[in-house]
Parts: sequence; structure tokens; C-alpha cells
Amino acid sequence: MKTLTEKILAAHSDKRKVNTNEFVNVKVDMVLSNDVTAPLAIKEFRRLGVSKVFDSKKVIMVPDHFCPNKDIQSAEQAKLMREFAKEQGINYFEVGRMGIEHVLLPEQGFVLPRQVIVGADSHTCTYGALGAFATGMGSTDVAVAMATGEIWMKVPPTIKFSYHGKLPEWVGGKDLILYTIGDIGVDGALYSVMEFDGEVIDELPMDGRFTMANMAIEAGAKAGMFKVDGKIEEYMKQHSRHYHSERVEKSCSDENAEYSRIIEYDVSRIEPQVAFPHIPSNTKPVSHARGVKLDQVLIGGCTNGRLGDLRVAAKFLHGRQIHSDLRCIILPGSQKVYLDALREGLIETFIKAGAAVSTPTCGPCLGGHMGVLAAGERCLSTTNRNFVGRMGSPKSEVYLAGPAVAAASAIQGRIASPEEVIY
Amino acid sequence: MVGLLDLVVRRYEKKLQLKGKVHRFESDVNTDVIIPARYLNVSEPGELAKHCMEDIDPEFTAKVNPGDIIVATTNFGCGSSREHAPLAIKACGVSCVIAQSFARIFFRNAINIGLPLLEYTESLDVIENGDILEVDLSTGVIKNITKNKTVMANPYPEFMMDIIDANGLIEYTKHQLQET
Repeated sequence: MKTLTEKILAAHSDKRKVNTNEFVNVKVDMVLSNDVTAPLAIKEFRRLGVSKVFDSKKVIMVPDHFCPNKDIQSAEQAKLMREFAKEQGINYFEVGRMGIEHVLLPEQGFVLPRQVIVGADSHTCTYGALGAFATGMGSTDVAVAMATGEIWMKVPPTIKFSYHGKLPEWVGGKDLILYTIGDIGVDGALYSVMEFDGEVIDELPMDGRFTMANMAIEAGAKAGMFKVDGKIEEYMKQHSRHYHSERVEKSCSDENAEYSRIIEYDVSRIEPQVAFPHIPSNTKPVSHARGVKLDQVLIGGCTNGRLGDLRVAAKFLHGRQIHSDLRCIILPGSQKVYLDALREGLIETFIKAGAAVSTPTCGPCLGGHMGVLAAGERCLSTTNRNFVGRMGSPKSEVYLAGPAVAAASAIQGRIASPEEVIY
Repeated sequence: MVGLLDLVVRRYEKKLQLKGKVHRFESDVNTDVIIPARYLNVSEPGELAKHCMEDIDPEFTAKVNPGDIIVATTNFGCGSSREHAPLAIKACGVSCVIAQSFARIFFRNAINIGLPLLEYTESLDVIENGDILEVDLSTGVIKNITKNKTVMANPYPEFMMDIIDANGLIEYTKHQLQET
């Protein structure tokens, strides 16, 4: 009786069975890095004395963190990565064709269910939404994976989270994951896999699943897993480059698989959630957060920058105005999301409402560029972290929420619940 | 279980005994405060060290001396995968980090770049800011000279010892590649 994670790790380490806490050498299907982590990875790769990556089709680099380049130093880092990508003939998406890595890779068909993916970015766990075992690592680990196609892992225990009931209006994947992290804490799933299940998850659209898997790391988890179901199959039909040659097999944990914990939630009555500074577990229902005055609202990023998220925001912003004391930045997760939003008229809605629409970048989420906060400023953001100084000055504050609360708050100039704008 | 940390010494230039002043932190010290992302446009350890711990203790780089020891409670190094975090800590002279638990990516990164970590799951209340500690990496014994108390760190798993023994992941992998 195995969990989905154990099945995937066994299949990738040529073993019939793997046991929790066992150390295994795992073959990887994709290795990712970005303009912040790749320069260190490339340096370590060179130290290995290997001339070529193990498989150029299975290595990908994305210039998304400080790109378009924010200053000369970041331009140098991006250049170093670009030159390595060209030299090695690996997958590389240039500015103008790229997206934030965790939106881009699934959308461009680089992620398949039951794959193993490692990335030098902690939010690599996003791909668990497609039933892949994906986890973040540092640059040195990724250098070794690029060179050998393998990486060591300790087989993690799995905690199962079952969500029951029916989601209230304006409550989505972001609220579910914030609610969960608020319950278990930022190390509540340390070293473990979070497996998301239950009838609420069965009904949850893919965009909401990506949001949940994305923030598994915020509970300390190694991965956030979803079973491979019809929704994933449908997503793969639209996005996979290999769909016709590699059919999507439905797969999940065995019924009697061993979990380290099973946590059940009835979510029929939960409200949209807001995480207060300075830790993602500091969550409150929006009714207890209303009234906090804001200077900036950010909607988008790798957590909530997909088309479904922008559609929710547009429902609120259509025909309304961003509050005069507040800056609202819309951050589509990729050029494709941007173009789709443009075709649907969402971008026009945002601009008419008085929002700035940004090219895809991680910039503002990590206080890099394109929306950095001054001392004393408060931002409500649909991104994933609100640590001290995360979005700029160590004296600024970041509140986390989903796109419905963010858009409603942008209109009100303070944290607002969605019902205050759409009755 | 491996007989504690006798192999660690090879990784850390045979420096068995560490001695330094404690810089005490609480839980969930995250990589954003260890090295704020606004400084990640470079990856030179010396440059990163100038901003180490800046957003949690702006005086840290002025106070820290070579050999000093960071002590924290749970989930040290949570947040991003940036290897710049252990690099910054190491480059400003910190000899080791002791915590009740570490975030998993930080743990891997520190082992890979040669920053010794000691995990001690019980309460670390016996260690206060400014205390002088003596740490023996070969035995895992942590001695609080100031308070005259001694505790023992958890041993490393055997597999990880192979990496440490090989002088880190790059050297370990080089060796593996040569064998095949």
C-alpha cells in the first residue's frame, strides 16, 4: 500500500518499493533554475568538471526574478545564465516570451503527472498540482542534478489533508491553503508531503490547485501533491507537448496507504482568509481583518497570476475604480496569461480601473523591483510570503490573500471582504 | 546511526573544537531576513556577508566575530531556496548554527556548502544571547561555558555522513562520476 509520492519515487529509483525515511537516488525528469539561483548553480556545475548537462531537453532556465533586468548587477547575472543556456542548448525562455517559472512550466507542457522535478526555487512544489513530485533545492543540488540527472532524496512521510463540504462564494484555493497553514503552522508539514484530497479538492479548478501546491513550502513541506484525475487529464490535453505520445494515467495513493497524519476540514463555512504580518501562518478570516488601511495591492505572481485569478479580480474591478490613495499592480504570471487576459478584455478592465499592468516578473513579490514598499507602507498581496522586508523596507507590512479579497481591497483602499463590493 | 560527527571534521578543515559567542534567535528565522532578496543581484559570499541578518538584527554584522555561533529554536532557514543564505552566514565568520529544527532546503544547502549545523530537538533555553559555547563537532557535545551546562546534539544520518566525508556534494559527486 503506497502513497502517490512513494510510487513516483520508487519508479524513479528503479525500486519496487521505497520506505519512509529511506535515502534513495532519484532520476529527475526536469531541472529548473532562475536568474538568482542559476549563476551559483553554473559555478558549481563547472567545478564538477562536466562539460555537458545530462540531457539538454530536461534542463530549463527562466530569467524571471530580477528580469527585465533591474540594474547592472542583475543584468550580469542574467547574461551569465543566458550564455550558459545557449552553450548547453537547454530550454530557455527569453524576456518577452517568458513567464514566472511556476506559471510557465506547466502552461508550456514541461510538467507531466508522475514526473520528478527539482528546481532551485522553493516554489517548485507548485507542480504537485499536476501530480508530479516536485521540490525546491539549492543551487549546488541543482548543479549536480544538471550534471548527472540524479539527486539524492530522503523518502518523506505524507500528511493527508481532506477538505469536505462545499466552498462558499469567493473562497478559493488561496483561502484553503492559508487556512491550512494557519492551522498547522509554518513548520506544520516540515520534511513531509502534503497530499490534498476530499470532495472540495475534486471540484477545485486547476488554478486553485496550483495556488495550494505553490504554498506547501510555506508549511515547511517537501511537496504538495494532488492525485491525477480528470481535471489534470483535461489540463494536459490543452498544455502538454507530449500528450499524444504519453497518455495521462489516472493515479493516486492506495486506499490503505500509510499517512503520518490525516487532517480533515469542513470548509463549508470558512471565510476568505488574510495572513497578517510577518508570517504566512498568522491568518484571520477577512471579517476580522477589515479596515486595515493599505498603500498597495498586488494581484498576480506565481501563486495567483493565472487566468482564473485575473478573471476573479476583473469581476470586482469591472466598471469600478481603484481607491485614490492606493496603487494596484496586476502581475500576469506569463506572456500567455497576459495575452489571454488581453483577448478577454480583462487588461482593459484593469487599466480603466486605474491599475498598473506589469510584464511577468517575480520582482515585487521579493522586494526586487516593480513595486517595492517604503517604510511604514502596507501592501495586500496575492503572493506567498509576508516575512519582514519581503517586499521592500523591513519597516513595511505585507498581508496575503486571494484575488477576490485583493481586488475588493484595492477598490476600498483598505482590507475589505468581497461582499462589500459585490453584494 | 553513525557515531556522531567524527567525519564532520574532515569537511570543516579538521576543526574539531569550535568556540564562540552566541547570537540568539527565536523560531522561523527565514531566508528573507538572513539575506534580503534586494541583495541577491550578486552571488559573491563576501558581498552577501555585508547584509547577513540585516532585516532581523541590523547590528549583526557589526557584532559578529569569527567563530561565533548562531542559536535558534525551530524551523531555522525557512522560506526560499537561496543558497546565498548559508553562504552569507558562513562568510561573516559564523562557525556553526545550532537549532531545534531546520527547514529542509536550508539544511541541504548548508551541508552542501560546508556550514556546520547541529540539531538539538530539546529546549535550548539553557543558551542565552552572549553566552560562550564550546562545540565539539566530533562528539556533538555543546558546552555552555558561561552557564556550565552541557547538551548533546542529534547525530547525522549515515547517508549524509558520506557527503560530509567526501568534502561536500560536489566532491562526493565528482568521486561518484569517476567511479562510473
